[in-house]
Formats: sequence, structure tokens, C-alpha cells
Amino acid sequence: MQIEIDEISKQFGTTAALHPVSLSLPSGALVALLGPSGSGKTTLLRILGGLEFPTSGRVMFDGQDATGLSVQDRRAGFVFQSYALFRHMTVFDNIAYGLNARPRASRPTKAEIARRVSKLLELIQLPDIGARYPSQLSGGQRQRVALARALAIEPRMLLLDEPFGALDAKVRKELRQGLRDIHDTTGLTTVFVTHDQEEAMELADLVVVMSMGRIEQIGKPQDIRARPATPFVREFITA
Amino acid sequence: MSDASLAKPARFRPATEEAPVARWAMIAAAFLGLGILVFAPLIAVFVEALARGVAASLASLATRDAQEAIKLTLTIAAISVPLNAIFGVAAAWFITKFDFRGKAFLITLIDLPFSVSPVVAGLCIVLMFGANSAIGGWLVAQGYPIVFAMPGIILATMFVTFPFVARELIPVMIEQGRAEEEAALTLGASGWRTFWTVTIPNIRWALLYGVLLCNARAMGEFGAVAVVSGKIRGQTATMPTTIEMLYQEYLSVAAFSLAAVLALLALVTLLLKTALEIRHADQLAATHRH
Repeated sequence: MQIEIDEISKQFGTTAALHPVSLSLPSGALVALLGPSGSGKTTLLRILGGLEFPTSGRVMFDGQDATGLSVQDRRAGFVFQSYALFRHMTVFDNIAYGLNARPRASRPTKAEIARRVSKLLELIQLPDIGARYPSQLSGGQRQRVALARALAIEPRMLLLDEPFGALDAKVRKELRQGLRDIHDTTGLTTVFVTHDQEEAMELADLVVVMSMGRIEQIGKPQDIRARPATPFVREFITA
Repeated sequence: MSDASLAKPARFRPATEEAPVARWAMIAAAFLGLGILVFAPLIAVFVEALARGVAASLASLATRDAQEAIKLTLTIAAISVPLNAIFGVAAAWFITKFDFRGKAFLITLIDLPFSVSPVVAGLCIVLMFGANSAIGGWLVAQGYPIVFAMPGIILATMFVTFPFVARELIPVMIEQGRAEEEAALTLGASGWRTFWTVTIPNIRWALLYGVLLCNARAMGEFGAVAVVSGKIRGQTATMPTTIEMLYQEYLSVAAFSLAAVLALLALVTLLLKTALEIRHADQLAATHRH
């Protein structure tokens, strides 16, 4: 799905988290929102997911105005920073949650839900953990379960907030490839937030560098590296 | 190193562990405190209750006044505890899941019943709803008196026990944050469904604990209830007020027998909580991160 961000701004009280920013994300792209903390990248992601609403501006999905669309109706698979798995539910129930939450008319049967959950568990290469609780999983496993849970609702896009933030260096490398694979298999437009320039450059097709609520540069990783648009970008990508 | 020093290694103890003398002194002090303040009075209640034998004690409990008092207290608890559980959950949810002006003030307001004397609270209800007040006068004219009747006792009990549930829930809900609720919403769940499938299961133990504390306090409340109820025997006298009246009349077996029943009710709630904790120990371990 193609995403168009048109002059979006966001005020929290008297502070501006986002100055009007515009951005066009091609369908099926893997996009990184890169910037230091306080750059507005997470706010932008949450606006895309419908968890925050912009003070001004519009969001368009495939040319349709989606600015006022509720979080439930966005069908955005959202992976949270600390994964936000439901701690009182098994991995199976976590992944099945979105399907069980559907209105009765469009809810799959129990057997169908079970089939889809086991398929997703295979996709994240953890076929045998359905009966476990989140507290019994490692950080990397939790992240993959969160990904499977987001994919279960057959989302129109995938939004990830610092998906590798809470992991150690080795697991981080492995899961980067995992996300790339899942993106390539599903073909979903995927946006992830990171403060790690190496991660953004290595993984994304398109990198959006942000600072203090503004977009500094949009481009392919190699272009940004070769021709940083502003002194901030130059400094940030060499850090 | 010589062999002697190897054979007799120095005894190390973890930095957080006290010397044995200090340890035993502290344990003894704790038991002494518990014994004097908790166990001795509890035993004394039962000893006094059974001072003239089991039969006399049971006979005093079989009187109409005692029966009515027990019935009234249980009814009051059965009405006010669920209502306060609902209000407590609503207040805690509102305070922890939303940002708004005056939040700190609202938290202070919830604590108000803890700092106000129950007698003052009772007097406030009499002033508000008594027959001499505008509202109270009108309600009495309609045939629904508040003061010296069940509604007043419920109001007084609810006022005094209001903070228990909210106070238990607020720290737990602050610690858990909003991420799980947000996750449920992005997965397509309605706010209502999110509340029942994510919020409530995450707070159920704190909620249970708050409800049990609230229940114990609701059954035991004396001051506020004594003011608003008028202590009419067989009608508006609860267990605590009846116990006090019996004691004032030197009917010590009757007073202590009823007191023993009240203490037993409290013990039953505690046992219930412990049993639930043992039964769901694995779930507790899986869901509690602190």
C-alpha cells in the first residue's frame, strides 16, 4: 500500500513534536525513520498507526484520505518498542488475539485460527512455542512473536517502533535478516523507527533522516551516504 | 599459605546478611510485636466469647438482634464492595490511562477518606441527607429516608472504603503502562473488548487484593456508620455498632461472641486470598514481573 504524508504536524501542549512534514512512501517499500530521540520519528509512526492524531495535515493510504480513520480500521500491524505482548496469554492466544477480536461475521472458525497461528509460528521459525507465556521467552523470541501477532490481522502495512532496541548485538543482526525476509515474503509496506544509522542503512530501501521534528533528508542509503543534504545528516550518519 | 589456614577458612557472609545475634533479635522483636498487637487480642476475643461455654455463646448469637446485625453487615458489604470495586477500577483506569489537568488533585481527592475521620464523614452525610436538609427532607417525604436507614449506612461505608481498590490498582497500572492496550487496539479490538481482555486480566490480583481489603474494612466500619445509622436494634445496628452496645451493657459473652464472628469473617477473607494465591501460583509467576 502506498502511503502519503501531507504536511503533517503534531503539537503536544506548547511543544511541537512535528513541524509540518511531507513524505511519500512507495508501495512495498521497507522504510527507516532514522533520528535521535526527540526527532519526532516515533510520533510520525504512531500517527501512521492511528495511535496519535495529527494537529494538522493529512495521511493518505493508496490515495484515500485516512487521517480520521480509527486505529482499529487502519489495519496497521504495529510492533511496539518493548513488544507489549499480552503477559497473561500464551503465545498462541497472543497471535490469535486480532482474529478473535473480529466481529462474529468475519471471524474465522477456531480450526482456521489455529491453522493460521501455526503457519505464522512457522514463518517466524518458532513452531513449538505456542503454549508458552511471554515471560518464558527470550528477547529475540518475543520480538518475533510480536511480529507474528501483528501479521495475523492481515495488515495493510507493518509499523515497527525500535524493533531491535531491546536486543543484544548478535541477536539484532539475525533478526534484521528475519525482518527483511518477512518483508520480502509478504510484500507489505514496512516502516520502522530506529536511532541506529547502521541498522537503517543496512536494512532499508528508503531512509528518512529526522531531527527536531523535521525531515532532514529522504533517500536511498547509498545516496544519503554519498551526498548528505545537511551538516546534521553528515554528522549523524558518520557517528 | 599454611595448611592450618586452609583447614580453617574464614567465614564470609553476604554483605546484606546481619550477624546472627542481630538477626535473631530482629526476628524476636517482629514476633513479639505481632504477638502483642495481633495474636493476643485475637485469642482474647475467642476466650472471652467462650468464657461461659459454647452453648451460651451460640445462644447469644441466636438472638434476633444478633442475627439482624449479622444480616445487615453482610448486606452492606455485598452492596458497597462491588460498587466500590467498579468505582475504584474506573478511577484508577481514568487516572493511569489518560493525561489531563488536575490529575494530582484527583489522586489526592481519592485519598481523602483516609485522612478524614469517619465520624466527620458520617456527620457530613447527616448534614447532606438528614431530614432537616433540602435533599433529605424531600427524600423522606417521598418515603426514602437516607439517614437512620440502609442507604445512609451504605453511603457511609462506601465513603470510608472508597480508596482501597483504587489505591491498590493505581501503582500496578502505572507500572504496566498503556502499551498492551494500544497493541490490542491496533489488532482491531474495541475499547470495551480491550478493557475486558487486556486491562482487567492484568490487574486481577491487585483488584482481588483491593476488594478483600475493602470488604474487611466495610464489615468492620464503626465510626461513620454509628453516626448515620442511629443504631436502632434489629433495624440499623450493624455488627460493630451492636458489639459496642452489648459491651456497654456489660453483656460481655454476647459482645465477644459477635466480635468473634466478625473476626472469623475477616479471617475467612484472608484464607480465601491465600488459597487463590496458592492455586494460581504459576499464573502469578508468569504475569507478575515485579
